Amino acid sequence: MPEPRACPDCLRRAWLLALLGPYIEKIASSAPGSRSPELLRLSNEDLVECAAPKVAGHLLGRVAAMSERHLAHELTAGQCWACCRHGDLYPAALRDAADAPWALIGRGDPARLVGIEPDGVVTVVGARRASSYGREVARELGRELAAAGFVVVSGLAFGIDACAHRGALDAGVTIAVLGCGADTAYPGAHRSLWRQICERGVVISEFPPGATPWRWTFPARNRIMAALAGMTVVVEAAERSGSLITADLAADLGRDLGAVPGPVNSRSSAGPNHLLAGGACLVRGAQDVIDAMLGPGAPAIERPGPTLDPELGLILDLVEAGEGTCDAIAARLDLSGAEASAGLARLEALGYVSCSLVGVYSRTMLSVPAGI
Amino acid sequence: MVAVLATAQTFTLDGISARPVRVEVDVHRGLPSFAIVGLPDTAVREARERVRAALANCGFEFPLRRIVANLAPASLRKAGPGMDLAIAAALLIASDQLDWPRASKLALVGELALDGSVRALPGVLAIAEAARVSGAEAIVVPVGNGAEAALVDGLDVVPLESLGQLASLASGEWAPSRPEPLPLALGPGDGSPDLEDLRGQRHLRYALEVAAAGGHSLLMIGPPGAGKSMAARRLPSILPPLTHGEALETARIASACGRLGSAPAGRPYRAPHHTISPAGLVGGGNPPGPGEATLAHRGVLFLDELCEFRRDTLEALRAPLETGTAAIARAGSWRELPCRFMLVAAANPCPCGRGDSDAECTCTPLAVQRYQGRLSGALADRIDILASIRQPSAEEIGGEPGEPSAVARERVAAARERQHRRLGAGRCNAEMTPAEARRCALSDEAAALLAELYSRRRLSGRAHDRVLKLARTIADLAGDEAVSEGQMAQALQLRRRDYA
Repeated sequence: MPEPRACPDCLRRAWLLALLGPYIEKIASSAPGSRSPELLRLSNEDLVECAAPKVAGHLLGRVAAMSERHLAHELTAGQCWACCRHGDLYPAALRDAADAPWALIGRGDPARLVGIEPDGVVTVVGARRASSYGREVARELGRELAAAGFVVVSGLAFGIDACAHRGALDAGVTIAVLGCGADTAYPGAHRSLWRQICERGVVISEFPPGATPWRWTFPARNRIMAALAGMTVVVEAAERSGSLITADLAADLGRDLGAVPGPVNSRSSAGPNHLLAGGACLVRGAQDVIDAMLGPGAPAIERPGPTLDPELGLILDLVEAGEGTCDAIAARLDLSGAEASAGLARLEALGYVSCSLVGVYSRTMLSVPAGI
Repeated sequence: MVAVLATAQTFTLDGISARPVRVEVDVHRGLPSFAIVGLPDTAVREARERVRAALANCGFEFPLRRIVANLAPASLRKAGPGMDLAIAAALLIASDQLDWPRASKLALVGELALDGSVRALPGVLAIAEAARVSGAEAIVVPVGNGAEAALVDGLDVVPLESLGQLASLASGEWAPSRPEPLPLALGPGDGSPDLEDLRGQRHLRYALEVAAAGGHSLLMIGPPGAGKSMAARRLPSILPPLTHGEALETARIASACGRLGSAPAGRPYRAPHHTISPAGLVGGGNPPGPGEATLAHRGVLFLDELCEFRRDTLEALRAPLETGTAAIARAGSWRELPCRFMLVAAANPCPCGRGDSDAECTCTPLAVQRYQGRLSGALADRIDILASIRQPSAEEIGGEPGEPSAVARERVAAARERQHRRLGAGRCNAEMTPAEARRCALSDEAAALLAELYSRRRLSGRAHDRVLKLARTIADLAGDEAVSEGQMAQALQLRRRDYA
């Protein structure tokens, strides 16, 4: 197995980026439309000159003064490892990008990065403020793609990202790409998810341990997510959102683009619907992704659920149509509260519906067997 | 004239029970003065002025001597104006204005007005019970409290209108008849809120019935205006009527809080505002007094906008929910107040109230997570049933009235009857111990369904037992010995979700 090893110059670049965090934040926010990845193409000297001309010499000097031992010590202190663009472990896919990170700093078992090729990786991104539909689809996509042997990449954010990670953790390997140091769980509410990914997947970042996130670091990490995967799937996103930036970056690299359709009147599905109109691959489930990645000869995912009573079928149809409360189902089917309640619990036990924290039901991706 | 000593028996209210106080009055030659000793609070100390004026205005004479009234035991803090009457009576006996040998076998309570009339007091029911325990033959009470005191058997009750009547009472000229005891309302009265006002909302109705049948706590989540508070207000109307003993308990609490006349008939219903303090909810102060939880004893405590309550307030409710008593410790005093109530709570699905599955909801994910996080506290852990409420449709609102409370109440009473036979009188399924819950008979299909959802939802051990209790209640409602698969499914659906 290739050792996780990075040359000191590449590592110093990571620390330089962390030092430049507030400076780049200033110029990135003062010039709307200027994307941080473009800045990151620049060499160290040009980047510093562009972002922090007044303290350029000072910053470069500080970084140059970091000894190899100091850098190694910093990595160990954050329980991290690193690999750089000159090493074997560095994912080949990233080299396609002109603005590829010089070094990746990661946490978790580095062996999981070995031999990662774009056609074995799928990036799932989407809105932080996702609907229960979007969350359910993301979780199911994550689970089934991981079960089919794909590595699922996402960004540990609220909403779609977290659901994709959780689904993938159930069945296989997932990679979280962070906009802060890999040793930091951001957002903090996802600390336990971050820990699970560290144990059963990999967390990577181009920033050194302890680096704080800035607004510009998120588009920056999006470019890594887009470059890693052969296909980027957008589940739910508003127009003009970070997820669409990731989609643009993926398209620029010549990667496939997938989008999960949503209601045309929903703001949170405007993004994927827009991508679909522009020719993105229609993703109705993991099977569509697998077909697009491996060609139509790929074995189909068969997940027919257990057989259903006709009455349960009626309830399931209503949940599918968006009636989430037991009360609405009882009223629509003229059932007693007890009957509707028992029906929903049976459907949940069969795996056809899931229930949110506030007691609202939504449909899972499990398909009903034919003939019912 | 030599010093003359007289005593009288009275009581002071301590939380919701009464403690005996012996009033000793000593009239001595010396500079005229009137002192009250024995840890009196301000209201007791001011009895001096009331007693002085009342005596003068009823044709008695206030002795111009050195008077000391001692309230024994001196270590007990005395509160309230209820000792006025006993001080006045002992003073009259000590100053030879009243010859009343029977006074030593009586208890006297009452607040004096300046004209000598006797004013009603809170807590007379508890005082009368304490008087009977202390062995008094009769209790002299303000006329306004006569009916309340007459609830206590084995004790003669003398309703006194004015201090002036003491003379005729002492001489035996006036022997009033025992007042009629206060009628105790065991069930909801006519015109109290009825469940038929709840139109549509079949699942909510069903959840209310299961909650009532097993004494399970209930959380309703739904948009504002969907009928959560309205449903909670109607829950007492489907609970079984109080027994006589329970009605006495609730009357004693209401009396001690001075709300005996204004409390609704039947089971208590309390809905404190979410700005309430921990002391207001479970009781507190110094000396400790009862809070909303105690006022809701044997009834319903409704916490609307559960997520808006202060966390420490809700935390304070934990132990009372487990033990059925609120233990309050303050400097120098410790008290245990009863509070066995049904907890009903309501919350919105997110800060804006629409629910995060609604496209109109503008709450940020962090705000929703933080809001719902408040539902995951230790209190929510003790809530059994989750009912998700939706806005009823126009047809439902304009439709037929629902089933009246009386019909549901009969089913609930029958289910409770089965629980009493199985668990012992007065106990309901929600109070089952884990061992009792695991003894519940399940059909094979029910056990299989429980096992399936247990692993799918990653239930905790506590949740497992709670589901068993709920299933048992649903089977009790149906009159079945073993829990069927359908009943287990209903229990699993009703069971509150565990928040990760």
